[in-house]
Amino acid sequence: MIPAPFDYARAESLDHAIDLLGSSEDAKLLAGGHSLLPLMKVRLARPSLLVDIGRLSDLSYVREDGDHVAIGALTRHHDVANSELLRTSVPIVADAAEQIGDPQVRHVGTIGGSVAHADPASDMPAVLVALEAELVATGPGGATRTIAAGDFFTGLFESALAPNEVLTEIRVPKTTGGYSYLKFHRRAIDWALVGVAAARSNGSVHVALTNMGDRPLRASGVEEALAGGADPAAASARAAEGTSPPSDAFGSAEYRQELAKVLVRRALEEAMG
Amino acid sequence: MATAEKFVGRSVLRKEDPEFLTGRARYTDDLSVPGMLWMAVVRSPYAHARVKGVDLSRAMATEGVVAAYSASDFEWAGPLLMAWPVTDDIKNPPHYPLTATPRYAGDGVAVVVAQTRGAAEDGAENVLVDYEPLPTVTDVEAALADGAPIVHDDLDTNRSYTWANTIGDVDKVFAEAPVVIKERYRVQRQVPNAMEPRAIVVEPNMASGHYTMWSSTQIPHVLRTAMAIATGIPESKLRIVAPRVGGGFGSKLQVYPEEALALEVARKLRRPIKWTETRSENFVATHHGRDQVQEIELAADEDGKIRGYRTKILANMGAYLRIIAPGTPVLGAFLYCGAYEGEAYHIEITGVFTNTTPVDAYRGAGRPEATQAIERAVDALARRVGKDVVEIRRMNFMPPFTEATQSIGGLMIDSGNYPATLDAALELLDYDQLRKEQQARRDAGDRKQLGIGFSTYLENCGWGPSRVIGGVLKYAGGGWEASTVRCHPTGKVVVITGATPHGQGGETAYAQVAADELGIAVEDVEVLFGDTDIAPSGWDTYGSRGAAVGSPAISMAAKKVVAKARKIAAHELEVSEEDLEYADGTFSVKGAPDQSRTIPAIAFSAWTSHDLPEGVEPGLEESAFFDPQNLVFPFGAHICVAEVDTETGDAQVLKYVAVDDVGTVINPMLVEGQVVGGVIQGIAEALYEEAVYDDNAQLMTSTMTTYAIPAATEMPSVVTGNHVTPSTTNDLGIKGVGETGTIAAPPAVLNAVVDAVSHLGVTEIERPATPERVWRAIRDARGAQGGGA
Repeated sequence: MIPAPFDYARAESLDHAIDLLGSSEDAKLLAGGHSLLPLMKVRLARPSLLVDIGRLSDLSYVREDGDHVAIGALTRHHDVANSELLRTSVPIVADAAEQIGDPQVRHVGTIGGSVAHADPASDMPAVLVALEAELVATGPGGATRTIAAGDFFTGLFESALAPNEVLTEIRVPKTTGGYSYLKFHRRAIDWALVGVAAARSNGSVHVALTNMGDRPLRASGVEEALAGGADPAAASARAAEGTSPPSDAFGSAEYRQELAKVLVRRALEEAMG
Repeated sequence: MATAEKFVGRSVLRKEDPEFLTGRARYTDDLSVPGMLWMAVVRSPYAHARVKGVDLSRAMATEGVVAAYSASDFEWAGPLLMAWPVTDDIKNPPHYPLTATPRYAGDGVAVVVAQTRGAAEDGAENVLVDYEPLPTVTDVEAALADGAPIVHDDLDTNRSYTWANTIGDVDKVFAEAPVVIKERYRVQRQVPNAMEPRAIVVEPNMASGHYTMWSSTQIPHVLRTAMAIATGIPESKLRIVAPRVGGGFGSKLQVYPEEALALEVARKLRRPIKWTETRSENFVATHHGRDQVQEIELAADEDGKIRGYRTKILANMGAYLRIIAPGTPVLGAFLYCGAYEGEAYHIEITGVFTNTTPVDAYRGAGRPEATQAIERAVDALARRVGKDVVEIRRMNFMPPFTEATQSIGGLMIDSGNYPATLDAALELLDYDQLRKEQQARRDAGDRKQLGIGFSTYLENCGWGPSRVIGGVLKYAGGGWEASTVRCHPTGKVVVITGATPHGQGGETAYAQVAADELGIAVEDVEVLFGDTDIAPSGWDTYGSRGAAVGSPAISMAAKKVVAKARKIAAHELEVSEEDLEYADGTFSVKGAPDQSRTIPAIAFSAWTSHDLPEGVEPGLEESAFFDPQNLVFPFGAHICVAEVDTETGDAQVLKYVAVDDVGTVINPMLVEGQVVGGVIQGIAEALYEEAVYDDNAQLMTSTMTTYAIPAATEMPSVVTGNHVTPSTTNDLGIKGVGETGTIAAPPAVLNAVVDAVSHLGVTEIERPATPERVWRAIRDARGAQGGGA
């Protein structure tokens, strides 16, 4: 209930946040806090220093950038879901954001926090992988690098971010073809048992899966079948290929693999219909 | 004189709501006492272990820590109260607040006391305990098997007791019946989650030796006695206060280790002590509910007329027998025939120890288990004999009765009209149309199939007649209720009740009863409760007893007030008592209605005492004790319409209809609230909630994330209807309503889910009917039929 002792510092700027991150071995960034604080309360997470970036308001934006839409990492899920620009240019992102948690979570949680936490059960990572989004990381001295979404998620709660890097921007290519983000869960507040992101762009369909492995997975078997002319029903039969979903209190791996086939078919029908 | 409109029967808004709705209600955790220290409990991570050593030195060195104790630092006057030894040979190893042999993960092995809550938790983390893990068992059948790990090593078995009851020639009925069905059900374990976790504050007065304990409990009166037994502090020096309590559902009908520990630590340190449960602790250290394996057999004629009932229950008790745990399944033991007739009845219940959190009463306590068994078995019988589920219920119902009547299950039922509630429920939806739609979807092979499920339940509550529960049922406590009605000189009235409400709206309902007796407004009645110094007598609230046992006591005390007031009124009006009429709080002389006295006016006379009749004492205040002669027996019909996605197994409740007969209704709004809340809890039981242990007896569903309590978004709206058959147990005609929802709803929902996919060959889905279980049932049935999708 009461976290183990920790230090707290409020970052005044992005540079300040990066300096603070490098100042202590177990420093953690605090954005919306929806993943980190519950872990701290049961003392499963014990950061030495919390670097609060909640007030870095210049990291909260959605803006057009050529053939991409750029989303600041501190943009709340609610603002992502209600962005007119996203609704018209990359509607799957807004649609998926609207399905995250409940209104309280969406008003406090941030897209960057959710992505950087690299929870394979979170919704946005699979959407970004399907869209082949780019993630911008900023390190000491303001150095930035761009990481492809497919390379960003490296394992369970593990990302390509260096310890002193901050995820600052998410860049999604404009994608206005058919799309679907389908999520199967028992309660609205639950993580997805299985989620499917399907987006059509330039004649091809990209499909990625939530919670079917230790990171968001591209359903390459499905994509391959579609490219070969298979219909949704036939293509979806390959949805479980290469997946290694967990067996836990929410469902067995076997059930998740069957669900993935059903949801992929439904998502494809929606995206291609 | 025209009779003013009565308050009983009206949806009077809750008197208690303004303080709740404005956030001004005071719960135990809101309380702070000067000099107060915080307590934290060190809990065993092992479900069974021997503690070889406890090193408190690092804890004592932790900043802010004042004291730390292990089990050997306490000498208890007695164990924690277990009040229901259901058989003479029951095995009941004593349970003390701390142990050196933890028997479930969460069992307390040490406590740390500190200046702040954070310091207490830091200190608890620094207690070093050397455990020798021992083998564990969590499942009742495994626990009874040869060679099973023994939970209490001073016993040679995990069997605590076997309780049985037989009515009629069961073997003969079963031997002769042309149809016998046998069903096996697992009633999953649940974790009660009241909105407010448990909390305790103890303040000692070391000069006088008095102790005040505030606790978020349903049972301040029972707790006072239990604390005296455990600590040896005389009851006369103990004051227990249950301030505002944020729900209990049976989980606060308990005497907990932390209550005894807080009291004893306050005595040791001569300082006030506070403890507030975390939600994580709630999952392992507050008692659980349900957890049975059931085998029920029905013997019937070819047409589905039931002749006999034979049931065998294995009930998981957890690691220790808690306050009424052995009796919890027995509360349902007379209901495995539902509202149906028969010639013979047998039930056998075996209570079993396991290395799990103790199991005890949870909203409905024994009756939801019984109802789910019989209502699902009746559906299975209908499928077997090819009858509609409505028809099979109708042909088996006991016929309507208004005087107490014997059931085949062994109950003397106050009154009942089972066909009437079924008729009323069917009027709230178009059954024939639903069956047509179901058939159309089946014919079309729709992905989403429709199911309709019934639960025409009967239950027993209003705990209870002391002579009966203490007699054949061997309950150690009583079941009466106490009240005092005090008329203040200004005409305002205080009602004191021992039936302590904790969120049900009792404050309002009790005021309505008293207001009608005294002919005053509800606003002029204050109801006091929950403090043993203010309301010294009573048995508190559980088992749907507040309205059914608490209100008759209030009515009786108010009638005594009226009787005394009549004497004073007659004296003042210079007529004989027989010459007075009483209506709506006013005595008037027959034939001369302008000659009158109101209760408030008489209260003033009684207060000044200037001119009271000979032999009449001053004051207008009376007390009454009500001990019912029987239980009360609510019943009703619930219908659930559910939709099942046959590809994912996802089941959703589309429509839910509940018609309950709870006898006379004091406040329809409160009754509806109880019904709807209970139904929602019952739907959660049918589809969502399940406590799961792993092979090492670790609770896997120990958070709000993994233990699936549904929210408003997952729930349908509930259509309620009402039917009234007055109880003959009390003069007010009241039956209970607190538990009908959780008793009735689970089988209605499960029957609907099975019905939706029965055409695919599914006959049974284990509870809760999670999407995966439904999906597996469909897949297995299709496999068995050798067919594809």
